[in-house]
Amino acid sequence: MRLLLGTVLAMLAGLAHAATVAISCGAVGRELELCREGAEAWAARSGHTVRLVSTPSSGTERLALYQQLLAARAPDIDVLQIDVVWPGILAPHLADLSAAARAVADEHLASLVRNNTVDGRLVALPWFVDLGLLYYRRDLLERHAARVPRTWPELTETAARIQRAERDAGNARLWGFVFQGRAYEGLTCNALEWLASHGAGALIDAQGRLDLRPAPAAAAMALAASWVGTISPRGVLNYAEEEARGLFQSGHAVFMRNWPYAWALLQDAASPVRGRVGIATLPAGPDGAPAAALGGQQLAVSRYSREPEAAASLALYLSGRAEQKRRAIAGGYHPTRPALYADPEVLAASPLFAVLGAALDDAVARPASVTGPAYNRVSFAFANAVHAALAGQSDAATSVRAFERQLRRIKRRADWAAPDRR
Amino acid sequence: MTRAVGPATLRARRARAAWWLLAPTLAALALAAGWPLARTLWLSLTDATLADPGDFAFVGLANYLEHDAGQWYGVLADPQWWRAVRNTLIFAVASVALETVLGVAIALALDVPFRGRALVRAAVLVPWAVPTVVSAKLWAWMLNDEFGVLNHAALALGLIAAPIAWTADPDLALVAVIVVDVWKSTPFVVLLVLAALQMLPGECYEAARVDGVHPVRVFFRVTLPLIWPALAVAIAFRALDALRVFDLVYVLTANSASTMSISVYARQQLIDFQDLGFGSAASTLVFLTIGLAAIVYLRLARLRPEEVR
Amino acid sequence: MKVSGRLRRAARGALFGALLAAILAFALFPLYYALVTSVTPSGELFRAALVPPGWTLEHYRGVLAGPFLRAILNSALVAAAVAALSVALALGAGYALARIPFRGRHGVLLAILSVSMFPQIAVLAGMFELVRGLGLFDSLGALVLSYLILALPFAAWVLTTFARGVPRELEEAAALDGAGPLRTIARVFVPLLRPGLVAIGLLVFVTAWNEFLFALTFTLSDAQRTVPVAIALLSGASAYELPWGAIMAAAVVVTLPIVALALAFQRHIVSGLLAGATKG
Repeated sequence: MRLLLGTVLAMLAGLAHAATVAISCGAVGRELELCREGAEAWAARSGHTVRLVSTPSSGTERLALYQQLLAARAPDIDVLQIDVVWPGILAPHLADLSAAARAVADEHLASLVRNNTVDGRLVALPWFVDLGLLYYRRDLLERHAARVPRTWPELTETAARIQRAERDAGNARLWGFVFQGRAYEGLTCNALEWLASHGAGALIDAQGRLDLRPAPAAAAMALAASWVGTISPRGVLNYAEEEARGLFQSGHAVFMRNWPYAWALLQDAASPVRGRVGIATLPAGPDGAPAAALGGQQLAVSRYSREPEAAASLALYLSGRAEQKRRAIAGGYHPTRPALYADPEVLAASPLFAVLGAALDDAVARPASVTGPAYNRVSFAFANAVHAALAGQSDAATSVRAFERQLRRIKRRADWAAPDRR
Repeated sequence: MTRAVGPATLRARRARAAWWLLAPTLAALALAAGWPLARTLWLSLTDATLADPGDFAFVGLANYLEHDAGQWYGVLADPQWWRAVRNTLIFAVASVALETVLGVAIALALDVPFRGRALVRAAVLVPWAVPTVVSAKLWAWMLNDEFGVLNHAALALGLIAAPIAWTADPDLALVAVIVVDVWKSTPFVVLLVLAALQMLPGECYEAARVDGVHPVRVFFRVTLPLIWPALAVAIAFRALDALRVFDLVYVLTANSASTMSISVYARQQLIDFQDLGFGSAASTLVFLTIGLAAIVYLRLARLRPEEVR
Repeated sequence: MKVSGRLRRAARGALFGALLAAILAFALFPLYYALVTSVTPSGELFRAALVPPGWTLEHYRGVLAGPFLRAILNSALVAAAVAALSVALALGAGYALARIPFRGRHGVLLAILSVSMFPQIAVLAGMFELVRGLGLFDSLGALVLSYLILALPFAAWVLTTFARGVPRELEEAAALDGAGPLRTIARVFVPLLRPGLVAIGLLVFVTAWNEFLFALTFTLSDAQRTVPVAIALLSGASAYELPWGAIMAAAVVVTLPIVALALAFQRHIVSGLLAGATKG
């Protein structure tokens, strides 16, 4: 009898410890499946249970949903997958993971850890990275005896030359270069790469000061503006990732700037350019170094979670070495741990990992964490200033000045340079 | 029997009945809309943010307009707001006008009996049935400059010499948004006009037809005045929707400054910029702008409630 | 003389046929294109073809394998409830506003209309608090309640307009028989306004069927989600890839029930009801 009671009590105690953790990681499809496998492996190991909440694949919609839930202090989601530019926006609602992750933080890419640290609190663990890459048509480069361009002027010249020669040979709808020119976050990434690689700075430095040298910035923007209508279709002004991929994948472009996701799709069995595509790090400015915009997803724990320890444990497991390696091999997701880019099994899974490992050194982060809640304003102002220059509505130098003015206006509302105000 | 009751008490009793009949509707609207609307109005006078909605200060009308250190601030001092107002008005006037003309024409055509009419009527409803999020993406795809099917077809037919970048050019983009809205919302007008046509007393029609009056004259002299009340309300609700247009613009051209509507502006402030106070002020201004437009329209359309018989 | 008359009629018939064809092409072409895209294999999606360059059902299989059927059922339930509720509530309101002179009618009409003047996003946060406060979060009830502010003002205004068109003699005849307002509505207005009620019901149904923002914010589990959210949740292998084939397959799947519904209710929008009734 006493034994039985003891067993029941032990079971009850066990139940009290077995938590149910809700995680939002990706939308329906392959992305969700990979996450489910990882989360269930953690559940089997820890004795807790996981519940997956699917959220929209569109970033803006996902952010809006998170904001509503978190602003209402809703405990419905414990672990959130968040974009690399969201830590500054969501930080007040996220738990500090620095204690839980003390042992593993420096195994991740330092720039990501810096990015995810807001006011000294580590609010998210890096999960996978995205980097801007240059895709090129190997067959066309070979046919016209051109090498992979190392600088932007070289890319401009090569693209124009191949486009002219191919059009003369009857390939009338071929374009030289496609990128993301729509006035949205993607243009911020593209333009940041142009600016940073021209030595024009990264908009705002880690201390919150303006980091923008007007002369090289205007030069970079003027070069990009010269592409529109010459080596890039005018429609590029409204291209996001998929429009650029559409043009490139149907065989109508020589070069494309895009994220790593395009690689697997370009190699799809039915892809017209299958086997004819190469990848490289993005070109450098005339006398700058190359720069690749840093993207990717992080895992954060909600401050309103009822199971903070279990949630942190799940986030740590998913961002851990073994799980990141599994995701790299099974799904092509790029690890945030530099050590994995030397792992032979990972390198064998896709040629992307070697190129990406090299590009990690050129990664340039958007000024998301330092500007905090004001980041989207900064990005919107920047993207629209660049877009005006690309569309020919204003010249590059004017656009740079307009952006600087706008930045001062934004700073008046949200002074990120003065930490005491927070 | 109630025959003996005097007219005054009868009127009072009918008025009481009216309030009882209205009560469920008003209660439902008060429950569902009262708190959200009051909250928006209140927040527009504060500096609340999404990061911590509970912690805010009262700032009066500063979100609307404020003078500080020689500069004007606030929604009303933001050139982007005025640009959005202009875009929205152009969009609303053009799309609603086109939808009205097309909608009435299609409804008249579908009012004529012919074989397979039921199928055609159902088919006409299709654009309204496709979720906006999907139809906007579908049109974005069809309007793509390089691999969109519309440019493809126009090139093949020799209508254009080079592909047109419909959604990239700031001016064309607004036209594209209007075209898609006309496609999507014309069925709304068609269905309401069709219903109104069905409920007309048949005699006036017959009489006019027997007299051999030209059909165009019949339309303007007989049909239009008879369906006008229904059409006017259809136009009013189309205009209310058009003035609040959001997903169509957002999917086709994102947050581009050149096509931004006032709802996109308000959403950007509220969600992207997390500025509850400023965003609520923008939302309230959207409300006021639309309210103003509605009052002007109701006067012009002679739909003043006093004219209720 | 006779021949030219027949010719004219034939020409008019052909013209009318051409007009109908144009209307159908305008309305249906995008759906046709969605159909083409939905059966095109993923690798060949960027070809701008008017007929499918290949043929596959992979997208349909993918869509129907997920929680999509559940979402269709949820959408149907919510949309039917919203349509029935708004028509029922608006019928009373419309009769009162159209037929009973009372003080404050002007104000009531404007107040109802003003609910339709706020951008949806501005109502979102307050509605979210309301939904949580009432314990309706992550339930279909939250959607029914919130959709009333989208549907009810419209239904009430249109019904007021339609109710004004009903001949007074009929109403007076009913009043002479001693019928109260509810009986008058049921006996006189519902049969006469049937085409209008059906049209309003359909429009409201579709509005609720297609709503996205509230549905996304007020439901969280797959068991409660509706069609537009289910479509937004479709994704490829990564966040950037738009699964075009699947989205278009989903669009085709969710449009068909609406077409069926329109066909089914079609015969209720029949001509001459009113004309017959006035004579009788």
